[in-house]
Amino acid sequence: MRHLIMTTTAALALGAITASAEEVRVYNWSDYIDEALLEKFETETGLDLIYDVFDSNEVLETKMLAGGSGYDVVVPSGTFLQRQITAGAFQKLDMDKLPNHANMWDVVSSRTEQYDPDNAYSINYMWGTTGIGANVGKVKELLGEDAPLDSLELVLNPENMKKLGECGVHFLDAPAEMIPMVLKYIGEDPDSHDPEVIAKAEPIFMAIRPYIQKFHSSEYINGLANGDICVAVGWSGDILQARDRAAEADNGVEIVYHAAKEGAQMWFDQMAIPIDAPNPDGAHVFLNFIMDAQNMAAASNYVYYANGNKASQEYLVEDVIGDPAIYPDAATLDNLFTTTPYPAKVQRVVTRLWTKIKSGT
Amino acid sequence: MRRFALIALPYAWLLALFLVPFIIVLKISLSDIDLAIPPYTPTLDFSEGWAGIKAFFRGLDFENFVFLTTDDLYWKAYISSLKIALIATALTLLVGYPIAYGMANAPDHWRPTLMMLVILPFWTSFLIRVYSWMGILSTEGYLNQFLLGLGLISEPLTILNTPTAVYIGIVYTYLPFMILPIYSALERMDGSLLEAAEDLGCSRLKAFWLITVPLSKTGIIAGCFLVFIPTIGEFVIPSLLGGSQTLMIGKVLWEEFFNNRDWPVAGAVAVVLLLILIIPIVLFQRNEQKQRELEG
Repeated sequence: MRHLIMTTTAALALGAITASAEEVRVYNWSDYIDEALLEKFETETGLDLIYDVFDSNEVLETKMLAGGSGYDVVVPSGTFLQRQITAGAFQKLDMDKLPNHANMWDVVSSRTEQYDPDNAYSINYMWGTTGIGANVGKVKELLGEDAPLDSLELVLNPENMKKLGECGVHFLDAPAEMIPMVLKYIGEDPDSHDPEVIAKAEPIFMAIRPYIQKFHSSEYINGLANGDICVAVGWSGDILQARDRAAEADNGVEIVYHAAKEGAQMWFDQMAIPIDAPNPDGAHVFLNFIMDAQNMAAASNYVYYANGNKASQEYLVEDVIGDPAIYPDAATLDNLFTTTPYPAKVQRVVTRLWTKIKSGT
Repeated sequence: MRRFALIALPYAWLLALFLVPFIIVLKISLSDIDLAIPPYTPTLDFSEGWAGIKAFFRGLDFENFVFLTTDDLYWKAYISSLKIALIATALTLLVGYPIAYGMANAPDHWRPTLMMLVILPFWTSFLIRVYSWMGILSTEGYLNQFLLGLGLISEPLTILNTPTAVYIGIVYTYLPFMILPIYSALERMDGSLLEAAEDLGCSRLKAFWLITVPLSKTGIIAGCFLVFIPTIGEFVIPSLLGGSQTLMIGKVLWEEFFNNRDWPVAGAVAVVLLLILIIPIVLFQRNEQKQRELEG
């Protein structure tokens, strides 16, 4: 026991010494980086890295709008970034401190300009699509060999969902992505801000909601990989991570990801520096580190998401750069759509509809 | 002077930990939503002095509270939370009473150990304990594997993400709050009362109903309130263990705050929740006070 106390005291004393080194606090999405990069950053720069994770844009936005989050780098998605820039939550990047900015890819940065004009406040970390992940074996067992794995029919047609319900279906708890998906399915403008158009998503969801086990934005990775659930509407790289975890576990689960052929949402996760960041210099060091071609490639190779870094492409493994589910070909790219942020009044309509869809009330 | 300090201390406590946070929430519930940091327009500006306060009261419209009445979501969520809290409290009592009874009747030298066992789970984070229930209850989880292995069921049971899982989580988490007050009431009971009843021809079961239960009433009431009050506003357990159909006010509040970024309406929901909670809290206080007077 005395030994334990002495070790603890020693550890505390050590902690007190290292805490005096300069810190950079990063708040990123869960399961979104190769952790070896975090250690590499500390060794290379001598800065202490505090790395926290979240799994919803809403949580991040609330922290940003409350102010004083204490983070130096945060990673909102495009539409959320745009709204937070309007609210004055971020500071402009100092390009002189970001020499690796030259590595960025114009195909992506021209698209992120719609959220952040001139990309003045943010750099692209990764981007991806929202689509359908399925346990091939179980789905074919329930729906037959010709199950529409690459179509929204799989998850939005009540006939299919009735059968899939028994083996578990998860949807993202992200109304700003789930409602556009349904609007696309019924042939409306997915980016519509008209409450009457948005309301048209309701009957589609009401018909399938009894068969949806849960709305959640991160549990489905483990769920799919373990075989606990058999279908998830989720983010591309997350589902591909589930695919790999299942393959590693060798548990007989085969997962496949498709961006729906009817059209799928494309989104961008952007790294930005809060206006009240305690260590903006350290934040720039971190951004520059991330924009290094090899570092960025290591991150993408690990999490199976495409990035906005052109120079990193030569270091990407074939599994990533050669997979059209990650780096879509030109035809698929044309079939992807983006959305813009909802104004407060429309947001309330969307949230209310979402609550109704989730709880039935 | 000492007397004054003795009274001042609890009131300072109340002021700092209850009244000040409440006033902050109340003030936000009376402001308007805005896209800024923080995301509401302060409608009470002290820097303007008296004019600011006057302007505040002129502009007072309680629109966020009126808004709560325009949508049936809110009262349905309040009612549903009350229902879940009531059922969960009854279940906790059913499980907790026999445990407390067993502890109180255990040999003296066992009691400290038993007490320790009840408190022991608190040494682990509440969040981790609720998380571990996900591993136990999931379709591929330990419980299903165990039951399948015994051959008791042929298909795995779906428990996780259902109201059943929420009740299991609440009963598990709040069980010590039920056991401890009942145990302390039962422990103080005079055993000779039961012997007297037996001598006079009363059956053991009847003696339990006529003597033990009434004498442990204060413990039962205290335990029920300690479980009921925090359960109404519970957020973590339903969001981790419950499915989409579990409607609770804690979740509605979360959505107002995080999804709508509407702090003023979230504030109004919280103020109403507090008003609903004050009723059982006041009842609880009065019960405690009455008890103290009885004991003289």
